[in-house]
Amino acid sequence: MAFQILLNFFVAFLWMFLKGQYAAQDFFNGYFFGLLMIFALRRFFARRFYLWNVGAVLKLIYIFNRELIMSNLAVLKVVLAPKINARPGIFKLETELKKDWEITILANLITLTPGTLVVEISEDNRFLYIHAMDLGDAEEARNDIKNTFEKAIQEVSR
Amino acid sequence: MTAIVIAKFITGYFVLQGALLSLVAAYGVVRLPDAYTRNHAASKSATLGVISILLGVFFYFWLIEGHMNARIILGIIFVFMTAPVAGHLIMRAAYNTKVPLWEKSVQDDLEADRKKEGVKG
Repeated sequence: MAFQILLNFFVAFLWMFLKGQYAAQDFFNGYFFGLLMIFALRRFFARRFYLWNVGAVLKLIYIFNRELIMSNLAVLKVVLAPKINARPGIFKLETELKKDWEITILANLITLTPGTLVVEISEDNRFLYIHAMDLGDAEEARNDIKNTFEKAIQEVSR
Repeated sequence: MTAIVIAKFITGYFVLQGALLSLVAAYGVVRLPDAYTRNHAASKSATLGVISILLGVFFYFWLIEGHMNARIILGIIFVFMTAPVAGHLIMRAAYNTKVPLWEKSVQDDLEADRKKEGVKG
């Protein structure tokens, strides 16, 4: 992905030098044509066309914001309830993510999920131990994490 | 309604929302039963509260005073990135120094796994 972006910048600079004009507008024109070139030649790259990764990153940011608001509403509900009848506990979650930065992002996302916070990550990076505010919803939270977050993160690193 | 009135409403909404969320976070820290659940309240509501207040300030200076302050946006990004990590580290430190969970907690997979591996402390 980084290589394709760098190549795109290179094509944009090449465009500017070919034209002999060095304004921002020329740079953006060159960048656009470089984008078309990379899209046309995408089967020669080892990774997929990088705009899809950019889209995945934007989707991840959207999920971050949505979860931040949802988790605040959930905490609001627990704190302002007349009687605290939540059942907190620590549950274990197996993750398929391998790289360190992926696990960091997953842990951050889980922290922002309604009512869950990461306590510990096992030595071999395979399990996350998560403290949940209400374990009644833990199964749901687990499915959420599995289906939404992990998929979104894998989509970014693909 | 003129644009300036709408801008004032947006600013007021964000600042009030942030103040309310911070209040709820403080109330939660007082009210919840153990260190872990308190940490939930502190690390979540406070984050969005601070972000909302900063957004309100940003909109005030942008829409009413007419100058864009990028430092506030940077502040929002930094709070957004660091608050979950801080919450996790406090949680982990509490667990490793054996702060007890609330007695009504129902499950502790981490303790079970640590016993199995024979890790002490």
